[in-house]
Amino acid sequence: MAKIIETRQLTAVTKYFRIEAPLIAASARPGQFVMLRVREGGERIPITIADYDRELGTITIVVQAVGATTQRVCALKTGDDILDVAGPMGGHIEIAPGGHVCGVGGGFGSAALLCLMREFTARGDTTTAILGARNKDLLILADELRPLCTHLEICTDDGSAGFKGFVTQRLAQLIEAGPPKRPDSVVAIGPMAMMRAVAETTRGPKVKTLVSMDPLMVDGTGMCGGCRVTVAGKAQFACVDGPCFDAHEVDFDVAMRRNKAYVQEEKRAVDRAACMDRRETA
Amino acid sequence: MPIKRADKTPMPVREAQQRAHDFIEVNEGYTKAHAAFEAERCLRCQDPVCVGGCPVNVPIPEFIHAVAMGDMAGAAEILRSANPLPAICGRVCPQESQCEAECSMTQRFSPVAIGHLERFVADWERTQPPSVQAKITRTEKIAIIGAGPSGLVCAGPPARLGYPVTIYEALHAAGGVLRYGIPEFRLPKQVLDWEIGLLKSMGVEIVCNVIIGKTLTLDELFGKMGYAAVFIGTGAGLPQFLGIPGENLNGVMSANEFLTRVNLMGGYDPDTADTPVKVGKRMAVIGAGNTAMDAVRTSMRMGAEKAMVVYRRSDKEMSARVEEYHHAMEEGVEFHWLTNPLEIQGNAEGWATGLKCQKMTLGEPDASGRARPVPIPDSEFVLPVDNVILAIGTTPNPLLTRTTSGLLTNKKGCLVADEKTGLTSKALVFAGGDAVTGAATVILAAGAGKRAAQAIHEALEARG
Repeated sequence: MAKIIETRQLTAVTKYFRIEAPLIAASARPGQFVMLRVREGGERIPITIADYDRELGTITIVVQAVGATTQRVCALKTGDDILDVAGPMGGHIEIAPGGHVCGVGGGFGSAALLCLMREFTARGDTTTAILGARNKDLLILADELRPLCTHLEICTDDGSAGFKGFVTQRLAQLIEAGPPKRPDSVVAIGPMAMMRAVAETTRGPKVKTLVSMDPLMVDGTGMCGGCRVTVAGKAQFACVDGPCFDAHEVDFDVAMRRNKAYVQEEKRAVDRAACMDRRETA
Repeated sequence: MPIKRADKTPMPVREAQQRAHDFIEVNEGYTKAHAAFEAERCLRCQDPVCVGGCPVNVPIPEFIHAVAMGDMAGAAEILRSANPLPAICGRVCPQESQCEAECSMTQRFSPVAIGHLERFVADWERTQPPSVQAKITRTEKIAIIGAGPSGLVCAGPPARLGYPVTIYEALHAAGGVLRYGIPEFRLPKQVLDWEIGLLKSMGVEIVCNVIIGKTLTLDELFGKMGYAAVFIGTGAGLPQFLGIPGENLNGVMSANEFLTRVNLMGGYDPDTADTPVKVGKRMAVIGAGNTAMDAVRTSMRMGAEKAMVVYRRSDKEMSARVEEYHHAMEEGVEFHWLTNPLEIQGNAEGWATGLKCQKMTLGEPDASGRARPVPIPDSEFVLPVDNVILAIGTTPNPLLTRTTSGLLTNKKGCLVADEKTGLTSKALVFAGGDAVTGAATVILAAGAGKRAAQAIHEALEARG
């Protein structure tokens, strides 16, 4: 059981949670994730750790209500308990210190940039966070990220805030501008299509890039192999070998196809959960 | 039905057509009359060789004699003194290659049904109120990593001696492979829950959702957490893949994934469980061990119309228990022996549609002592499938060893531990079960847990 001590609705479907989890907060590093379960009979789902406070013993997660389980998580309020929170799972992001690190966040993936930017800025790296969203209402955590990085770049598809265009277009400009704007390494966290586009943007100019893969998982401890991702032609388990991999080696075609394996079941689960909730309220 | 004393009293089983579509236990268990009759078959040999065939040396003739005398409490006590998980081992041990293989009756007749009797006694025991009570009298805390068979067994003896014992489990429920791997129809979860309840009533604390090596390191267990000794029973949970083309197609998964979805996550009851299980009409399971039998029989119960085992050797070389094989055959599982999978074929959407195989023949024995399968030229064919499940073995999980310095492993990733005590390369760190041996049996893990428990007590006594 882990108590929720703060919640904030970031967008209509995205919610911020600060959770009491002292052991996880003490050992978490950027790039790792937790496995959550919200009810008996519920699924185990992986959620990236957005941030942690070792002193307060809390971790922060940001959840987007897309499936039956994430909808259930997002229905939880301050003071509620999350049935199971296990972690930190996976390896953390390792980048040689002293360079310019650019974190690219798309959608609710931007949340994971919080601890990444904070830790790398603190050790003396130059840090740039590029946040992308369709419009300014869907933009999340910009104010929280601003003090944590050297430069904050905001991109919206419609130009309602910051740069008008995709994160990849802004990233390409920074790379083209050369040092000091050109990053030495890029970490992209967000939807698969966006991470793939970032990989293609940095491949030509040869900027070292990591992507945080988010495949389907069951246990998160290396036991099922359901999360296997093809990296440099070899099967890797995202839960123990990842979740961050060299973007230029990841086979995104396979990864995107595998993530669609349970689309029908997920749709049915959403309908069923809505049905059950109606019964419970009635 | 008259039963000849020469034959083993058959285990009452549920009718194959019916049981193949539900998850209720297949074996119904002996009645008192069955047990009394079977117990009388034991010759009570002067030199009971069966005991030597048991990895934990259960005093077999003694407990069987107690059953014959109608002394169930005595039988239960004798059994439990040697085997802390009798209800589980009575169901899942490969008796035919252990105790029953040694039984003197086998020289002319069929062996005494030691496993069935063990289960009978243990099931009786579960109907009795537990007699143990928590009493913590020692100050040295013991941590156990992993709530699988070896960890559960290792927790018992020190708890009885008054040590505070904590078991750390990475998943949300205790039991390890007994929970996520072995299906309900072979080992009802209430049997496991009873054993876990017994440990809790002895004062053993079970902490789920803590991954040692991630949430806490092994060194932190000694430092920050103040434990005096640690037992590692992390098992061999990492599934192996074949490395053949098409393994990443949708519809292809490890037996661990399939069984975890069904068992741990409760996927066999879609009314209460959220975790989906996708089972097509034609399901091929690669491998012929107990996990393969569990997976293929589960797929049938989940609705597969054609459940197949594909194995590159023959039935003589398969490692599954004979009983599981027989049950699988009765339930209508199709066996493709001497069939080597070469490639998994898929459709345009990336779903598996066929398993390309080649026929094999047996040649000279290989390194494992089993006949080496040799391909027959031009014998390739395609087996139409919707799902392929790989049950070709597992290796120890590297989570702990990757984050712990000074913990020696061999080239297979197994922990190096003393055979008698389980002591690893680190002081006061003991290990046992599949994490040391690689994937093996529940009873071997139980034996290792028991020996390590004794060694931990001795080490803590010696330290003073």
